Formats: sequence, C-alpha cells, structure tokens
Amino acid sequence: MSGGFSTRRQMLASAFLLGAGAEIGEALQHAHQAVRQGFAVQSLPPEMAKEVEALVCQIIPSGDGPGARETGVIHFIDRALGTFAADQKDLYLRSMGEVQEVRRKMFPESASIAGLTDVQQIALVHAIEKTPFFGTLRTHTVMGFLGSPEYGGNQGGAGWAHIGFEDKMAFDPPFGAYDAAAERGGQ
Amino acid sequence: MKAPYSPRDIVDFVVIGSGAAGGVMAKELSEAGFSVVVLEQGPWLKEKDFLHDEIKFTMHSPLTNDTKRQPLTYRENDSMKARPLKAIEYGRQVGGGTVHFTGNYWRFHESDFHERTLFGGVPGTGFADWPLSYAELEPFYTKAEHDMGISGLGGANPFEGPRSKPYPLPPMPAKSSGVLLERAAKKLGLHAFPAPVAVLSKPYRGRSACTSCGMCEYFGCEMRAKSSTLVSVIPMALRTGRCEVRPDSYVRQIRMDSNGRTNGVLYFDANRREVFQKARAVALCANGVESPRLLLNSKTSRAPDGLANSSGLVGKYLMWDNGAFVSGLFEEPLNEFKGIQVGRVLHDFYNADPKRGFYGGGGIDARFNFYPVSFGLGGLPEDAPKWGAGYKRMLREYFTRTMSLLSHTTSLPQLTNNVSLDPDMRDAWGLPAARITYSPHADDLATLRWIQPKQEEILRAAGAKRVWRYPVDEFGMSLHLMGTCRMGLDPKTSVVNPYSRSHDVPNLYIVDGSNFVTSARQQPTATIQALAYRAADRIIAESKRGGL
Repeated sequence: MSGGFSTRRQMLASAFLLGAGAEIGEALQHAHQAVRQGFAVQSLPPEMAKEVEALVCQIIPSGDGPGARETGVIHFIDRALGTFAADQKDLYLRSMGEVQEVRRKMFPESASIAGLTDVQQIALVHAIEKTPFFGTLRTHTVMGFLGSPEYGGNQGGAGWAHIGFEDKMAFDPPFGAYDAAAERGGQ
Repeated sequence: MKAPYSPRDIVDFVVIGSGAAGGVMAKELSEAGFSVVVLEQGPWLKEKDFLHDEIKFTMHSPLTNDTKRQPLTYRENDSMKARPLKAIEYGRQVGGGTVHFTGNYWRFHESDFHERTLFGGVPGTGFADWPLSYAELEPFYTKAEHDMGISGLGGANPFEGPRSKPYPLPPMPAKSSGVLLERAAKKLGLHAFPAPVAVLSKPYRGRSACTSCGMCEYFGCEMRAKSSTLVSVIPMALRTGRCEVRPDSYVRQIRMDSNGRTNGVLYFDANRREVFQKARAVALCANGVESPRLLLNSKTSRAPDGLANSSGLVGKYLMWDNGAFVSGLFEEPLNEFKGIQVGRVLHDFYNADPKRGFYGGGGIDARFNFYPVSFGLGGLPEDAPKWGAGYKRMLREYFTRTMSLLSHTTSLPQLTNNVSLDPDMRDAWGLPAARITYSPHADDLATLRWIQPKQEEILRAAGAKRVWRYPVDEFGMSLHLMGTCRMGLDPKTSVVNPYSRSHDVPNLYIVDGSNFVTSARQQPTATIQALAYRAADRIIAESKRGGL
C-alpha cells in the first residue's frame, strides 16, 4: 500500500490534533475569557498574534461576508495553543520566524506581514502554502471559522451562517429543495 | 442473588464489554435469571455528556479508544516493525460503539452465510461459509430489531432475505439525498430503499423520537433517540435487579482453574486496584480487536499461545472497514446536515460475480459525511482552492449543495491480517498493546475500483452538476472490527462454535464482531447483535438442561 491512512474518517482527525480531549473544557473556559477581553492573547506574543492574524485573514478573507478577522479566528488559535493544541505552540513560534524570513526576502522594504498590501500578503501565502506549518495554520483557521463559537472563533455563528449550516437541536422536514419538491409533487 | 455483587460472590456471568454484543448478553442473561456483572473499560455517560461540538466529538473523539493511554501499533505486513498509529477505532463507554455509531442496521443477506459455496474459493484467503444460515439467525435479527428500536421498511430491499416481522418503527423522513438517490435508481433500473437505522422515527418504549438534529456519527444522542445499548437493553438488564454494570473497569486477564475452565476475571478498577471477580462463566464481548488481545494476554502455562487458541486463529483473519467515497454538487440546497446521516441505501451491487474476475461487492448509501469543520478541511473537490476568496466562495456554494455516496465493500479474511501483541509497546496499565497487521487483498482493491465509478454514475443520473471521487488506495481507520475469533464447526479451523462458545474453554463465550467468518458488506452491528441473542438463547436452553 503506497497511500497509507487518510480518507473520510481520518480526515476528521488531523494527526496533530489527536488525543487532547481532556483539555477541551479548559479551552472552552479560556475562550469565554477571550471574548470578554477583546483582542488580548495569552499564548502567542501579542505582536506575533497580529502577524498570524494577517495570514489567517488571507486563508478566509473578509468581503462577501465575514471572514477570519470578523469571526475571531485568532482567538480560537491563541486559546487552542494554550490548551488542546499546546504541543503546536513551538511550531508556531519557530515557523513564524521562518515566514518572516520569507517576507524579508520577498519584500525587503517591509516591516511586518500585517503591514503588507493584500497583493503582497497573497504572494507570501503562495510562497509558504506547501509547508507543514501552513497546513496546521489552515486547519486551525477552518476550525476557528466553522467550529463551535464556544472556542472563541466563529463569533456569532457567522462562519456557520456563511456556509448555510444551522446549529439547532431539531429540524422538521422538508430539509432541502429536493425533498420539498418531492413532497409537493405528492411522491 | 441480587446486584450489586461483591468480587467474592461467584456470579453466574461476567460480561466483558457493554457494546453491541455485551449489552445484549447482559439483558438476555439477567432476564433469564442469571446474576451478571458487566465490566466496561470506559465511563458511564448520560445525555448531558453528549453535546453538539464537532471539535470535541469528531476531532478528539472522546467516545472512542484513547491511544494516549491505550496505544496501538500498525504495520502493513509481518516483515515490518509496527509503528504507533490509531489504525482501528472502537467505542469506549457503557454502550460501546453503539453510542457514537451512525446507526446503520442492515441485516446480512442469505447469500452472505454460504458465499464460499456460491462463489468458490479465493486463493490465499480463509474465505469460507459461515456455520449457520440466514434462516437460523433470522429470529434473532427480529428480536434485536424490536429490542433496540429499528426504523425501516420491511420488504423495501428486494435483495434482503425473508423476514418474520416488519421493523418495529416506520422509516425516517426522506432527505433530499434520498429523493435524488431514488430518482437516479429509477433511471438506472436500481432499487433504492429507506435505510434501516438504529434511530427512533417514533417514540418507542419510553424513549422519544429523533428530532433530525443531524449529529449522529461520532456523537452520542442527546435525546436517547439513537438505539444504543446504553439506552435500550442495558436499562432492561438493570431493571431485573440481577445485573450490575461496572464502568471504568479494565480487564487484564481471564483466569482459568486447573480443569481448563474459567473461574473469573481479573481487572483494574477506576483506582487501578486489581480486582478478581469470581464467575461461573465469562462472555467476552470486547470487540474484534480487544477480545483477541485479551485472550492473547490471558495465556497460561497450559495455553502458552493464549486462551482459547488451540487453533492458532485468535487474532487472525482481521477484516477491514472498506468503502469508496464520492461526492456531487447539485443546483439547489440539499441541507444534508439536517436529519440522520444515511437516508437511502441500495444493494444492487451487493452480490459477488465470478465473471468480474475478482471477488467482491458492496452496498451504497446516501450519506451526510461532513460536519462544518470537516467539510472545510476535506469536503471540497481536490482541485478546489485551499484558501483565499475562491475557497471561501466554494465553501458557501458547496456545503449545502453537496451529496455524498459511500459504498460498503468486502474485505477478504487473510491469515496475514491480524491482531497480535506488540513486543515493545505497553498501555498505561502495563499490558502489551494491540499490534495491527493489515494490507488489503487485491480483490478488495479491485472491488473498490469497480464500485466507485458506479457511485459516480448514480450521482450523475441524479443530476449532479459536478462529481468528484476520493482515492480508494488510501484506506482509513477501520471501525468495523471483524474476524479475529472466527466461528466454525471444526476446532482446528475456528475459535468458537456456531453459538459463539469457545471450542477450548467450555464456559467461555466470545461474542462480538470477532466471530464473523466473512465481512459481508460491512455494517456489522445488526449481525453482531443477532449472534449475541442466539448465543444467549443457547446458553439459556443449555442451562435448563443443567449445562452451565
């Protein structure tokens, strides 16, 4: 077997997220605090958090509805790195230094990722998109955009609203357009 | 004798595991008047513990085996050194895998039980007939369907064997994917039918009906509408006053007396104290990986290769949870996140056919597979942008309009695929970890490659604007743990008899997916439970004749 393990069930459980269940409650508590405290970060150095946020805002940009910025993805990531993804914090600290190196080479005049133009930020993300760190960052961004708001991201459920997901305890049929049409057609 | 019991009490039965089979054994044996202690390694959870939290329940999987405490190793073949990997997954709480499973509840077909005769042999495998027929198992399928609370439409699957009773509950409401699957099936001359599921379409025996919240697979049900053993048969067992369930109890050894019979079970309690529970008989229902592991870990000087293992087949013939996956994009929203996971199924490609040049077949279900985060990570076609404005736009367009079809296909029994004890890795209790050795048979891969285009054709016939597939040669974790203590008539070529009783140890019953001789087409829960009802029925009949 060349492929090894991935597919539908494995994709639910990215390797770097495995086995941290016990710390979830703690993550939720921290997330509540985060929402109360505005931008305050606890795991990442504040300057670095702004740089990480500039990257995640290119993964899910604003415009055409709220993006990573408006939904508070950076809060999700900061809390995750202090709780269930604590073993990923070093990767962030190390890799952000490497991303800054790439930025300096590409844009020698620049002082920060956050200070780059949109076009420059997109070019920078293209330059790092194949790295393992970007894979982690993307996963955390998607989790922060589409996971439960309890974790500090997806604020106001805006990520869910963007994709059309509703978080409810009960739904009545018809559920979608095709079963509704079948019902009307008397099938 | 009334529960709770003391370890010094000699109870009639210790049941190891409280999942699909263990829950049934506990209920049947205690209702028949036996004293029963159920030892469950996981916690005893309640509805309040089950939340709609995708990150917690699907990514950190708290309802399944925790590889931090119970590491597993995996290798492709026995020439390799196994490495730590969560290659298999099972439910780890009172109710076992029936708590977090999707709820699919097919019966196997008549042909499944004598497929070796129908199809012929497959070189290099242990492909064999079961030592029992569908007709012998049918009353126990019926009993299971009624005790659990299964929703479905009897007779709607034209390929199913005869049934003595209809399902106790009508099918679940149709979803858009079900309507589309039916539309495609009509065009293609196929037969879609309402999925039989362990979910209540109507209130049943004091439990409320499903509210179509959509969170079944990997989640526990917050309203007791999923027909787990936790909310169906285990409460019935407890009501007898003769059954005690001990959660957080991790069995380390099945003990033997000098006459070659088991006399009880040694386990670690929640405080890691060793407790020996005396018993007249033991029902091992720990699943297709943990049951053989425990037998291998229970070796004695008289059974140096493991308990109940004179055949050498304990742990052998591990079969895998195979299936191919495709998705399609439709014009209008389907909102597949509403309602149960699987609404409609078809079995037109179930039977194997020697003319194809390989053994295999599968069922196909219309399935909601991606909660929001997992959709964001893996729900879009491979060539979709992974980030940026285009990615964000596609999330919006695709999430509500995607329909997926998953096939459930054959896995041939091979001696080289097995569960053994890892020579180096130990769990948090100091016991040797399970080592999984597995590679698919060439026919298993041929089956996946054959059935996947049929799934694509169905989606196109249903009107999909775009169809995409997932790789079939990258296989995932196995959640259907089958084959490792196979049943048979001959003690040289099987571990248990047709009533799940060990050939070697007369008062040891091994009852779970490990008994399976073939994989059929996956979705093993109904058959595991039918086997458990049949084993219990036999035990009760024999005890009336003084056999226990």
